[in-house]
Amino acid sequence: MTPGETLRGGGPRRWLYDPKIRALAAQILTVLAIALFAGWIVHNTVHNLTVRGIASGFGFLKNPAGFGILQTLIDYRETDSFARVFVIGLLNTLLVAALGIVFATVLGFLVGIGRLAENALIRGLSALYVETFRNVPPLLQIFFWYFAVLRAMPSPRQSHEFLGAFFLNIRGLYVPRPIPAEGFAPIVLALGIALAAVIILRRWARRRQEHTGEPFSTGRVALLLLFGLPLAARLIFGAPFTWELPQLQGFNFRGGWVLLPELVALTVALSLYTAAFIAETVRAGIQSVPRGQIEAAIALGLTPRQRLRLIVLPQAMRVIIPPLTSQYLNLTKNSSLGAAIGYPDLVGLFAGTVLNQTGQAIETIAMTMAVYLLISLTISLVMNWYNRRMALVER
Amino acid sequence: MKKKALVAALAAACSLATPAWAGQTLDTVLKRGVLHCGVSDGLPGFSYTDASGNYAGIDADFCRAVAAALFGDAKKVKFTPLTAKERFTALQSGEIDVLSRNSTWTISRDVGMGMSFTGVTYYDGQGFLVNKKLGVKSARELDGATVCIQAGTTTEMNLSDYFRTNGMKYTPVTYEKSDESAKALESGRCDVLTSDQSQLYAQRIKLANPDDYVVLPEVISKEPLGPVVRQGDSEWFNVVRWTLFALVAAEEYGITSANVDQMAKTSTNPEVRRLLGLDTDFGKDMKLKKDWAYQIVKQVGNYGEMFERNVGKGSPLKIERGLNAQWNKGGLQYAPPFR
Repeated sequence: MTPGETLRGGGPRRWLYDPKIRALAAQILTVLAIALFAGWIVHNTVHNLTVRGIASGFGFLKNPAGFGILQTLIDYRETDSFARVFVIGLLNTLLVAALGIVFATVLGFLVGIGRLAENALIRGLSALYVETFRNVPPLLQIFFWYFAVLRAMPSPRQSHEFLGAFFLNIRGLYVPRPIPAEGFAPIVLALGIALAAVIILRRWARRRQEHTGEPFSTGRVALLLLFGLPLAARLIFGAPFTWELPQLQGFNFRGGWVLLPELVALTVALSLYTAAFIAETVRAGIQSVPRGQIEAAIALGLTPRQRLRLIVLPQAMRVIIPPLTSQYLNLTKNSSLGAAIGYPDLVGLFAGTVLNQTGQAIETIAMTMAVYLLISLTISLVMNWYNRRMALVER
Repeated sequence: MKKKALVAALAAACSLATPAWAGQTLDTVLKRGVLHCGVSDGLPGFSYTDASGNYAGIDADFCRAVAAALFGDAKKVKFTPLTAKERFTALQSGEIDVLSRNSTWTISRDVGMGMSFTGVTYYDGQGFLVNKKLGVKSARELDGATVCIQAGTTTEMNLSDYFRTNGMKYTPVTYEKSDESAKALESGRCDVLTSDQSQLYAQRIKLANPDDYVVLPEVISKEPLGPVVRQGDSEWFNVVRWTLFALVAAEEYGITSANVDQMAKTSTNPEVRRLLGLDTDFGKDMKLKKDWAYQIVKQVGNYGEMFERNVGKGSPLKIERGLNAQWNKGGLQYAPPFR
C-alpha cells in the first residue's frame, strides 16, 4: 500500500469533514434554495394571475389615464399615459421631500443650537418645541394643519387679499406668476457672474489668511456683488419678468401660481415633525465636542460666532450627519402620508388611483416600492459622500 | 390602507400553485360556515353601520341573502369594510368571497382584472351635488369649478370625459374616503361633489345642513352597480348570480317575507312553486338546499323590500324606483325564468 492510496482511502471522509468544503457546500445549497424559492414565487404569481384572468406586465403604462390630477409640475392632459401619471406622482413626492428637507434642516439646526443657548427662555422654548412635535404622530400633525388650520380659511369670494396680487383662501395661496421678459437673460447672467466672483473672492480671502494671518471680511463685498450686479442689469436691460396676476373668475381664481393647502399642510407638518428630531441630533452632535476644544478656542480669543462656526460645528457635523441622513430618509418616506389628505403624491396617485383603474396591483406596488428604494439610496449616497468629506482626516 | 393592498399583493403572490379558484370558493365557504363579504366603508342606504353596530343597506342585505341561500341563516356573514381603492385587491387575493360594494360594472373590470360581475343590484348614474349658494342650476355651468371625487372610481374618468367633451375646465381634489370628500364640500374646499347619484343623496343626509345642498339634474354616465366575484369559478358565480335573480323574481311573483310561508303552502302558481323549491330542486345542482330561495325571501325579503327599506320610501333617502323598478313596471330589473 502506497501512502497515496492511504490518503485516497481516507479521502471521502476527509472531504466530508473539511470545514472549507462544508462551508462552500452550505453556501451553494443556501443560494440554490433562495433561487428556487424566488423562482417558485415568480412562477406561482404568473400562474395564478393567468388562471384568474388578471392582466399582467407593464403594457398598461402606455394606456391613456383618463382622469384629472390636482397638482402637476409638468404639463398633463387627461389623455396622457399612465407612465406620465407615474412621473407626475414622483415629482410631487420629490417636491414635498425637497421642501421638507430644506425647512426641517434649517429649523432643526436653529432649535438644536437653541437647546444649548445660555438664555433660559430660548433653551426652554426649544425644549418645549422638541418634546411637543416629536411626540405627536406625523399623520395627526398633517390632519391638524389640513383640517384644523387650513380648512378655517375663507371661501374664494371672501379671500384675504394682499396688495391686490396675493390671495389667500381655502383653495390655497394665489400668487402672481412671473413670465420671463426681455431683461430675464441678462439678470440671470449677472447673478451667475456675481456668484462666481463671490466664490473666487472667498477662496482668495481664505488663502490669504492661511498665509499671512490677516483676515479679510468678505461679507460686505459679497452682498454688494450679489445685489449690485443684478440691479445694474435690471437698470440697463429692463424688467426681467412681467407678472400674471391671479383673478377671480367664476368659481376660482385663474392665472398666477397657487400654493395648494394639501401641499402646505404636508410640508409644514413633516418639516416641524422632522425638525424636532434633527434638533436633538444637532444638540447631541454639539455636546459631543470635547469641552477642551471650546476652552482652547476661547483662549485663542475667537468670538462666540467664530467658535461655533470654526471649532464646534465642523467637529459636531461628524456626529450629526449619519443620524441626519436617517431623518431625511424618514421625511421622504413619511411624505406618502399625503395620500390621506388628497395630496397627489406617488402613493396616492400611482399606488392608489392607477392601481385601482388598472387592477395591476403587483406591478404598481413594485414600481412604487422601487422608487422609494431608489430615492432613499440616492439620499443615502449623497449624505455618505458628504460625510466622507466632513470626516476627520487623520494625518 | 396601503398596507392592505400590499398584503393582498403578497398574498396573491404566495398562494399555492394549484389552480386556485376553479370551483373552490363554494366548497371553502360552505365548509367555513361564514360568508366573507366586502362592503363600503360607510354609505347610508348601501352599507353602513347603524346605531347598534349592525351593517345595514342594500349591499349588506345582498350578502345576507347569499348567506341565507348557502346556510339557511342570513346572519352568517362577516363584513369587511373596504375603501374604493382597496376593494378589488381584496377580492382578487381571496380576502373576501364576494364584493358587494356599489361597484360599477365595466368591461375593463370584467375582462382584465380577474373579476366577474354577477348582475346589477342598483342601476345608477353619476351626478353632481352643489351648495345652493352658488346658484348653479345645471352641470353645464360648472366651468372652472373645483370638484371633489373619491379616488379609484369610474367617477374620476367620467368626470374627465364630461368636462373635456363639453370644453370645460375643472380642478380635481381626490380623497380616499367618501366622508372626506363630503367634508371637503362642506368646508368649501371644492364647489361640487361628484359621485353616483344614489351616493350623493346618501352623503347629503350626512351633511350638517342637507337642505343647503342640491343634486343637479344631469346624469352624466351609466353606473350599473353589482356584486362581484373572482373570475373562473362558475360554480360560485352561479350561486351569487342566482341569489340576485331569486330576489328580483320573488318581487315579480309577489312573494314577500311576510307572505312567503303562506305562498309555500297554498300557491298553485307553477313559477312560484319552482322558485321556492316545492316541485323542482334547483338547489341540488348548486350544492344548496332545496329551499334556498325560500330562505332568501323569508329572511331578507324580496328585491323590492330590500330597496324600499334601505334607499326607498322606508328610508331617509327617499329615492324613487326609477330604473330599478321591475321590467314590467318601466324599470330594468329582470330575472331570467326559473325553469
